[in-house]
Amino acid sequence: MDDHPALASPLNALDYDPAPESTAVAHLRESYGLFVDGAFTAPEASEQFATLNPATGRSLATVAHGTVDDVDRAVAAARRAFPAWSTRPGSERAKYLFRIARLIQERSRELAVVETLDNGKPIRETRDIDIPLAAAHFFYYAGWADKLEHAGFGPAPRPIGVAGQIIPWNFPLLMAAWKLAPALAAGNTCVLKPAETTPLSALVLADIIQQAELPPGVVNIVTGDGRTGSALVEHPDVDKIAFTGSTEVGRMIQRRAAAAGKHLTLELGGKGANIVFEDAPVDEMVEGIIDGIFFNQGHVCCAGSRLLVQESVADEVVRRLMRRVDQLRVGDPLDKNTDVGAINSAAQLARIRELADAGEAEGAERLTSACALPSEGFWFPPTVFTNVAQSHRIAREEIFGPVLSVLTFRTPAEAVAKANDTTYGLACGVWSEKGSRTLWVAERLRAGVVWANTYNKFDPTSPFGGVRESGFGREGGRHGLEAYLDV
Amino acid sequence: MSERLGVRKTYKLVLNGAFPRSESGRSYEVLDAAGALLANAAQASRKDLRDAVRAARAAQPGWWGASAYNRGQVLYRVAEMAEARREELVDQVVAAEGVERVHATATVERAIDRIVWFAGWTDKIAQVYGGTNPVAGPYFNFSIPSPSGVVGVVAPAEDSLLGLVETVMAPICAGNAVVVLASETRPIPAVLLGEMAATSDLPAGVLNVLTGRLAELAPVLADHEDVDGLDLAGAGEMRADLAARGAGSIKRVLADDPRDPDAAALRRIRAFLETTTVWHTIGQ
Repeated sequence: MDDHPALASPLNALDYDPAPESTAVAHLRESYGLFVDGAFTAPEASEQFATLNPATGRSLATVAHGTVDDVDRAVAAARRAFPAWSTRPGSERAKYLFRIARLIQERSRELAVVETLDNGKPIRETRDIDIPLAAAHFFYYAGWADKLEHAGFGPAPRPIGVAGQIIPWNFPLLMAAWKLAPALAAGNTCVLKPAETTPLSALVLADIIQQAELPPGVVNIVTGDGRTGSALVEHPDVDKIAFTGSTEVGRMIQRRAAAAGKHLTLELGGKGANIVFEDAPVDEMVEGIIDGIFFNQGHVCCAGSRLLVQESVADEVVRRLMRRVDQLRVGDPLDKNTDVGAINSAAQLARIRELADAGEAEGAERLTSACALPSEGFWFPPTVFTNVAQSHRIAREEIFGPVLSVLTFRTPAEAVAKANDTTYGLACGVWSEKGSRTLWVAERLRAGVVWANTYNKFDPTSPFGGVRESGFGREGGRHGLEAYLDV
Repeated sequence: MSERLGVRKTYKLVLNGAFPRSESGRSYEVLDAAGALLANAAQASRKDLRDAVRAARAAQPGWWGASAYNRGQVLYRVAEMAEARREELVDQVVAAEGVERVHATATVERAIDRIVWFAGWTDKIAQVYGGTNPVAGPYFNFSIPSPSGVVGVVAPAEDSLLGLVETVMAPICAGNAVVVLASETRPIPAVLLGEMAATSDLPAGVLNVLTGRLAELAPVLADHEDVDGLDLAGAGEMRADLAARGAGSIKRVLADDPRDPDAAALRRIRAFLETTTVWHTIGQ
């Protein structure tokens, strides 16, 4: 693991010129209504709240706060639309989904900019990951709509009915696609509640849905905060709840859905372990660790937020890691060279700060990127903690920010025991050139996803979801259909 | 010549491969369908339940770690043991359910055949519910089903043998370990099945049978943080409450009434299966 001469050269000191993406393409409106029964309501008809650009802290637009009555109208529209949508030939449902996929592709630049403005994530990620994957999801599930009887759930799988879908702020459009595409392919109708802080891309999607001429009521989008989501969960005519978010809220939803006998899938928190063995491919491994925790500012439920390194290489791995951390470009999310963008909200920033401070207070050693942070907006520098113990809060609680906790192990069995020592079970990484060991470890990890010599990869064909307190049900792949079929 | 005095059987718990009385020393009267005393059954305590969960947790990795082929053979062995004690099962189904002997015989035969059916699933589950996924990139991506871990079952109240077999064998064939609360009023067939399992090659702790008061035990089972899944088939009016309790540790909860048996059985198998998806890089 010798230093590469290029890394020490003066080239390192060279700076990049700003390369900002234009915001004109976003076509933001001043205010937005709700999307119910195929039409937008007038913004004036609802109480409005501001959605902020986290990179500046300033308002981008105002959106409607969906009330109990609004949710009721949306559910009623979905219910009215259900009989015709669910009995329409699958091949026809498929074509609507293909249309939506195409429109997402055609408007991908606009969506990428809107997403970056509203979420704070780098344009490089929205442009290359969020938006293309959202389109790919619609493409993938479009093809299932007329092949459901081949999906392995019996000869005549039936849709569930009206699905209430509550999504988080970390991948707003992608999560909307993960929820809507399989639900619609299976013949359900939907009421989608975007996250309070990131409603805009879903509203562009509503516009796309109109352009695709999807029958009114098949998809309804009701913006708002937790109260809106709560009204959706409580609504007696909602047959299925799909929720992605924190384990704490998921628990509450499960309790209420259970009492009402609703179908439920949950994609909750995580505390993913990225396990590095001494024979790991070094360059890929360093990039993978970086990607595992700093991708999307660490606002990733499957983030590799615990680095488990074999003791023999721990010092070297941390040294290389910190050198790479210092090179991460933190700043304007619209700049095409930016690696790490803004923290999504003031509330999330406060949570990250609290846990990072707890890490220091409990005795872990804090290493922070020397990068300069913008003066306005919500920012947290990429941070690595060493000397972390299993009992520390930063090793147990989901931080949902750019904070990595480094722990060590000696044997594969110890690595597995430490990785599994959490109530979560969403994702883990394994880095080793020895395939037999990788498979041995993967077999023993209690996690829904295992990335071997890679991390944070997603694909519409690949089932994603957790075990234990990371939730149940899968999104993606053939498995993802089961969440929306009464089988 | 005096008539021979019968040897009565004491029905005890099936816990970690052994047959203890309740640690509480309690028992309760089990009546037959006509209301006459059939037997005294152990009245399990909350501590017995916690012990059963601990036994199940300890046994589960070994059960899942055995080859799928081996698990199938072991379950088939349970069917063999049941076949050998067929008449005893029929007697107890007649006594518990008050049905005609011919009807009870059909029930027992069906139950044994269902155990055979589940035995055949052990080495098919991964092929039917797993597979490879054609991701867009240089990765070998595959999904493998694995058991949730420890499953708590509230067995059907009326259908004391067949219902029990359906609810217990589905999670076990998928590699889970089970703690089952037997039908409160008709617990004897469950104890018998537990005995047969314990005397087949099923590892101790994979199937634990508790008899007693549902109102006392079921909430503890639903709240227990080391239980991964719940099948509430026999929970009756407690179903909604128990399902809500399961949310405490995000349990997988099967709370519906099954429809046609095969579909219901597959739903039961899937309910306590997790899917792990592995991405591995492809390169030279």
